[in-house]
Amino acid sequence: MKKQSGILVDTTLCVGCMSCEEACADRWGFPKTDVHELTCEKNTVVQQYGDTYVPRLCMHCEDPTCASVCPVGALHKTAEGPVVYDADKCIGCRYCMQACPFQIPKYQWNKANPKVTKCDMCFDRQQEGKQPACVEACPAQARIFGCRDDLIEIARKRVGDNPGGYVHHVFGTTEIGGTSTMYLAGVDFPKLGFPSNLPKRALPQYTMDIMEKIPDYFVWGSTMMAGFWWLTNRKKKVAEYERDMKRDRSQDDTHENNQ
Amino acid sequence: MNSNPLLSSVVRWFRHMTFWKSVFLVLVVAGLYSTVIRFLFGLGAATHLSDSFPWGLWIGFDVLCGVGLAAGGFVVAAAVYVFHLDDYKAIVRPSVLTAFLGYVLVVFALLFDLGRPWNIWHPLVMWNPHSVMFEVAWCVMLYTTVLALEFSPMLFERFKMHKAAHVVHGMIAPLVILGVMLSTLHQSSLGSLYLIIPEKMYPLWYSGNLPFLFFSSAVAVGPAMVTIESFFSSRAFHREIELPILSRLGKVTAVALSIYLVLKVEDIINYRLASYLFTFNLEGVLYWTELVIGVLVPIGLLVSPKVRESKRGLFYSQLLVMIGFVLNRMNVSITSLERHYGSGYFPGPMEIAVTLMIVAVGFGAFAWAAKNLAVFPEEAHAKATAAAESYEVILADNDVELKGMEPSFGMQSK
Repeated sequence: MKKQSGILVDTTLCVGCMSCEEACADRWGFPKTDVHELTCEKNTVVQQYGDTYVPRLCMHCEDPTCASVCPVGALHKTAEGPVVYDADKCIGCRYCMQACPFQIPKYQWNKANPKVTKCDMCFDRQQEGKQPACVEACPAQARIFGCRDDLIEIARKRVGDNPGGYVHHVFGTTEIGGTSTMYLAGVDFPKLGFPSNLPKRALPQYTMDIMEKIPDYFVWGSTMMAGFWWLTNRKKKVAEYERDMKRDRSQDDTHENNQ
Repeated sequence: MNSNPLLSSVVRWFRHMTFWKSVFLVLVVAGLYSTVIRFLFGLGAATHLSDSFPWGLWIGFDVLCGVGLAAGGFVVAAAVYVFHLDDYKAIVRPSVLTAFLGYVLVVFALLFDLGRPWNIWHPLVMWNPHSVMFEVAWCVMLYTTVLALEFSPMLFERFKMHKAAHVVHGMIAPLVILGVMLSTLHQSSLGSLYLIIPEKMYPLWYSGNLPFLFFSSAVAVGPAMVTIESFFSSRAFHREIELPILSRLGKVTAVALSIYLVLKVEDIINYRLASYLFTFNLEGVLYWTELVIGVLVPIGLLVSPKVRESKRGLFYSQLLVMIGFVLNRMNVSITSLERHYGSGYFPGPMEIAVTLMIVAVGFGAFAWAAKNLAVFPEEAHAKATAAAESYEVILADNDVELKGMEPSFGMQSK
C-alpha cells in the first residue's frame, strides 16, 4: 500500500498571519475576506482562542464519516490520503454535513445547482509533486506536509523534547480511528474548539454494526414470512374443508330427517 | 367548452367551492410560490437551513414522518396476505392507498430537499453499500414499486382491465412478503441514519436501539393512521366505520408501543439517562411530552377494551399515538441536534408552506381516489355476498356495518 500523506498542524507555532487562508483562496478562486469561519468560500481558516491561533481544515479521516454516509460515493478517501469530492455524482442530500464530526463540509446554500465544498488537501497539487497551497504559504512552518507515519513521529518527538510546552497528545492519532490532519497544542484541545467526546472507534463502524446484518435478515426474514404464509394458508384451507364437510353432513342429516 | 370532460370537471370543481377546497387552494398557491423561490434561488433562500443545521423540517417531517405514517400499508397487507387474517380485508385497500400516496409524496418532498434533485436516480448506478442512505434509497424505490403494484388493481378495475388485475392478484403473496421485508429494512434504517452521530445528538435520543425504536413505532403508528383516516373518510363519504376491525388493529398498536416502551426503558438504563430525564430543559420537557402523549397514555387507553371498542375512545387514542410519533421524529431529527449545532434552527415560512402543500396534495389525492376508485370495494356488493362466502367472524363484523349503508352509497355517487 502507498504511504498516506497528511498535514501536521502545530498550533504553538502559528502566528495568525492568515497566509494560508489567502493561499487557499487563490487556489480555489475564492474571494479574500476577513471572516474566519469555514464557509462555502473558505476551505481553511485561522481562528483565535485566547493567545492561540488554530488553523482549521478538513481532517481527512482515515475512515471518513462523510465518505461512508454518502449514498452515491461522491466523497472518497484516496489511497494517497486526501478525502475528495466529486460534484458530478452528488445528489445534494447533505448527509455528509450532518455526519461529519468536525463540521467541515459546507454548502452553496444560495445556488440553484449547489455543491458541497471542503478542503481536498490540494490533491491535484500533490499529483504534481507539490505541497498543499496552505503548507507552502505558511511562513512559520505551523503546518507541515508529509507521510502520515513520519508526521506522527515528528509530533511525538516535539512533545518529548518539550514536555512542558505541549499537551501530551497528538490530536488525530486516536480520535475516530485516526485522521490525516493532526494537531499539536500547548493548551487542552477542548479549549481550542476541538470536540472532546469523540469515540476512539471510527464512526462508520456504528452503522456497519447494523448494516452487516441486513443480508442475513433478508434471507431468514423472507423465508420465515413465506413459512407463515404457507402455515396460515393451510390452516385456512383445512378450516374451509371442515366447514364444507360439516355443511354436507348437516344437509345429509336434514335430508334423512325429512325422509 | 363542455366538450372536454377534464376541463368541464375542473370548472365544476371551482364552481362548487367549499371551505376545505379553499383551504386546499390557499395551501397549494403558497406552496407553489415557495417552490419557485426554492428552485430559482436555492435552498438558502427558501429555508432556514444552514451550514450549522443541514437537515430540517423537510427531512424531519416530510421524510421521517411521511414514511412512518405510511407503515399501515405493510402492516395490514401482511395481516391479510401473509397471515390470512381475512377480517382485515375490508381495510386493506385504503391502507395500501394511503401507503402508496404517502411514499409518492415522500419522494416528491425529497425533490425539494435534495440540492441536486435531478440526480435522484444516481443511487441506482453509483453504489455505496456502506451508506444507510443508499440502503434507504433502494428500499424506498423498490417498495414504492411494490406499493404501485399492490395499488394497481384499484386502477385496473376502474378502467375495466380485469386481466391485468388478475395477473397482479396472482402474485400478491410474494409481492407482499417483499414489501414487508423492504419496509422492515427502511423503516428501521431511517433510525440507523442517526447511529453515526453519537457525539452530536442529545443523549435522551441517541441509542444503538434507534433502528428498532423506529421500526416498532412505525408498526404502532401505521394502524393509528389507518384508523384516523378511516374515521375522516367515513365522515366525508358518510360510510359506516369498520369499528371491530379497527379495534383489533388498536391491539396491534398497543403491543408495538409496549415493545417500544421496553426499548426506551432499556436505553434509560444502558445510557444512564436518569439525570437527563429529571433535568428541566427544552429537551427534557419534549422527551416527556413525547413519551407520555405518544406512548404511556395510549397504551393505557388501548389496553382497555371499553376504550378500544368505542368509536371516540379509539379515535382519540390513535390520534395521540400519531401526535406522539410525529413529535418523536421531530425530536430525533431536530430537537436532539439543536444544542450541538447551536444555531437555533426553526423552519422558515416557505419551508412550512411547502410541507403544508404536500400534506394538502396528499389529502386531495386520497379524496379523489376514494371518490373515483374502488377503495372501499366491499361496501355495496360484499354485504350481499359476505353471507354466502365467509366465516362466522366476518359475518358478525359485517352485521354491525350493514346498518345505514344504503344512504351512504347514494351520497358517494354524487
